[in-house]
Parts: sequence; C-alpha cells; structure tokens
Amino acid sequence: MPSTETTSAISVNVHSGAVEFDGAVLFEELDVTLPQGRITCLLGTSGVGKSTLLRLISGLETGPSNGGVVLCSDGKPLSGRVALMAQRAFLLPWLNVVDNVLLGSRLRGERQSRDRAKEILADVGLADWANASPDTLSGGMRQRAALARTLMEDRPVVLMDEPFSGLDAITKVRLQNLAARMLKGRTVLLVTHDPLEALRLGDRIHVMAGRPARLDENPLEPEGAAPRDVDDPTVLEAQGVLLRRLAEAAR
Amino acid sequence: MRIVRGLIVLAGLIALWQAIVWITAAEPWMLPGPTDVALAWAAHYQSILSHAALTAAEIVLGLLSGTVLGCSSALIMAYFRPARRWLLPVLVVSQAIPVFALAPILVLWLGYGIVSKVAMATLIIYFPVTAAFHDGLRRTEPGWLDLARTMNAGRWSILWHVRIPAALPALASGLRVATAVAPIGAIVGEWVGSSAGLGYLMLHANARMQVDVMFAALVTLAALAVTLFFIMDTGLRKALPWQPDSAPDND
Repeated sequence: MPSTETTSAISVNVHSGAVEFDGAVLFEELDVTLPQGRITCLLGTSGVGKSTLLRLISGLETGPSNGGVVLCSDGKPLSGRVALMAQRAFLLPWLNVVDNVLLGSRLRGERQSRDRAKEILADVGLADWANASPDTLSGGMRQRAALARTLMEDRPVVLMDEPFSGLDAITKVRLQNLAARMLKGRTVLLVTHDPLEALRLGDRIHVMAGRPARLDENPLEPEGAAPRDVDDPTVLEAQGVLLRRLAEAAR
Repeated sequence: MRIVRGLIVLAGLIALWQAIVWITAAEPWMLPGPTDVALAWAAHYQSILSHAALTAAEIVLGLLSGTVLGCSSALIMAYFRPARRWLLPVLVVSQAIPVFALAPILVLWLGYGIVSKVAMATLIIYFPVTAAFHDGLRRTEPGWLDLARTMNAGRWSILWHVRIPAALPALASGLRVATAVAPIGAIVGEWVGSSAGLGYLMLHANARMQVDVMFAALVTLAALAVTLFFIMDTGLRKALPWQPDSAPDND
C-alpha cells in the first residue's frame, strides 16, 4: 500500500493532561505516550474520559480549566497534523461521497485532487459509490467513506473514537482489517470499549479507570502485527486478561 | 396525485359554499353563491387580473427583500456577539407591534404606491425568516464542526461550507411560513391606502355593494397565495433533496 504510506511519522506525548467539567475533575496529571507508527488503544467504561482525552489531544477540548502539554517527537506542534474519525461517519448530506472525501481540501480552499480521492475510495471498496449521496449508503459503507476521508487528509496522527462500535459483527471485523491495512505507519489513538477490537488492532492497550481517571501502569502489548485473527489463541487468552483488568478497574 | 387531491379539496370547498348558500338561504348581497361569483369574475376578469398582478408583485418583492434582510440579520447575529444583543430586541419588536398598527405610518412615509406594501410584506416575513435561519445556523451538528476544525478550516470557511448549508432546511421552514403570511402584509397595506391591488379592489367593490366582485377578488387572492406557496414548497424540496422527509404517522 505505498500510496498511503506516511513519511513523517511522529510520536506524541501528553503530559499532565487535565480536564474539568463544572468543577468535577475528570482527570488530572495524566500522562500518555502514543508511540510512533503504532496503534495505541484506550479501553475503559463509558464516561471515564476516554473520548475527552482524545479530544484534548486533538485540540478540540479548549475550556479554561483544561490543561496539559501535547509534545511531538519532532518538536513541532500537533495542531494541523491530526485526522479525526468518530463513531458516526459525519458525512455532509449535501455532498456526494467523493466530495465528502475531499472535504478537507474544500474547507482549506486548496486544489482538490479528485483522482487521489477516487483511488482511496477504490482502496476502501467504494469505487462505484463515488457519486452516490451519503444517505444511500449502509452504516458500514458510511464508515468506509469516513475512513477514506481520514486517509485523504494524509496526517501522521489519526485519532479514532469508537469508529466501529455501531456496526454489526461481520462488518466490524472487515472494517478493522481494512483500517489496520490502511493506517499502517501512522500514529494512531483508538478509543474503544471492545476488548477484542483493542487486541486485534492495538500495539499497546491502556485501560483507563477511576475518578480522577488514571491509565494502568503496565499496558498490554500484544505480539504480532495488526490485524490479529479473531480466533488467534494468544488473542483469546489476552482477552481474558483484559476483561479481568476492565472488571477490576470498574470496581 | 398532489394536483388531483388539490382539485378534490377545491371541489369540496365549493360544494360546501354552495350548500351553505342553499341552507341559510342567504341573500346574494350577504353571501353570493359560487356561480354568482364566477359570473362576476368573468365580467370583471381583466380588471381583477391587473389588480392581482400588482398584488403578486408586492408579495414577491416583499418576499425577496424580507428574505435578504432576514438572512443577513441572521448571519450577523450568528457571527457577531454584540450584534446579537442589539438585533434581538429589534427582532422581537418587529414582531410584537402588529403590522396593522404600522400600516398607516408606512403609507404616510412611503406613499400610496407599491413601496409601502412591499415594506409591509417585508416587515411581516422578517421575523419568521430571521428566527428560522438564525436557529439553523446555531444548531450545526457538533460532529461536523469538530471535523472541520481538525481539518484546519477557518471561521468563514466553516460558515460557508458547513454552517450555511446545514441551516438551509431550517431556512426553508422559515420561507414556507413567510410565503404563507406575506399576502397579509400586501393586502393590509392596500387597505390602508392605495389606488390599485386586490385589497383596494375589495374595498372599492364593498363600498359599491358589489359583493360578488368582492368575493371574486377574494377567490383570486386565495388562488394567488396557494399558487405562490405551491411554487415555493416545490422549489425548496427540489433545492434541498438531502433534507430528511419523514412523516410522524409512520412511527
């Protein structure tokens, strides 16, 4: 997949990340590292602050009581170098699929490379849907289009917030395979509440728990390259470990 | 089908009208029957149509200027916080004072011609258009805005490519209301002071006890208003094909 290779992969460090909501501390003094070119997964119960941490890194969480330092390995700011993929595809309904993939360049007033967009759509299996309206797509296809839009941005860091959680089991597995293939070489933060998904895709898996929320000291680091098989014995074994950690964290 | 249904409703209304005339045995100078009115229309159609053309022009011009004014106000209010504080009272006042009360003043200032009627129609639609569009601009899907921000879109680019298109369905609702109420402005303006238009024709006929002509003018006004609404509604549907159109009776 040379067309989606990124040359300038970076690692990202968050120091003393802190977010408060109406005086209630969600987390503070939180440190996390996203290793270069790897997929870091963040697991935890709903409401623990996983998505908020992701938004803090993306620069979208900008309240007065939010803080922390986001450092990149190359010393430059992270702003402008992240692409976001959320639980919902957020395709603009008044644009067709290929124009949605080109949304970034349209918003920045840059020249739009339609050929490149169509190549990426072909890579994610939507070649025949380039001119379709988003509301004619199924849930899985919409997430494929969102993935294509994310890849079109060609950013070294990709932040994904439960991108496959609304999909049926089979579609989910297919999209996980596709994402693992297409995101190779990028620094990825994947927020999920599905331990199996984390074990299939993650190179490093953190469990986030408590209030103020903390990350576990020794994250799981599964062997082998993503996407790992669903029925891989080591994956299944690790799933048991991870579920136990999650259960303990939830107490 | 829509047209057939419209014709059936029309036939039903005429039948009801005729039935009331028969049952109450109303004098023709109190309530003329459909045939009397049809005859009066046939006898005066040239004059009725020329008056109707003027009223239609007043309504359409009022719609245009009210829409331009309303959309600009909504945009200014959405984008400049101080403007919101200053314009909001103006908006409320424009709706709180009955246009009927303002009509004599507008005729005094703007004369007996078309301008005072256009101003009346503008005034009456200003509120629904502004309120609807402003609401639409403020209710942009947060997911789209997050996406646009991570794509480094500027404020104006977000406005043009995301907020405005996203607000169009809301604006369309405002325009539908505006089209329905704009004739009120034009007719009230004509009643207060004019020498032409359907409102003038009705007063003129009333003064001469030509009740059948008055009804003929009224029927023409109703036909004009319904036609305008139909054109607007069809145009808006065509212009915004992505707008979800689901009736609650299927729930």
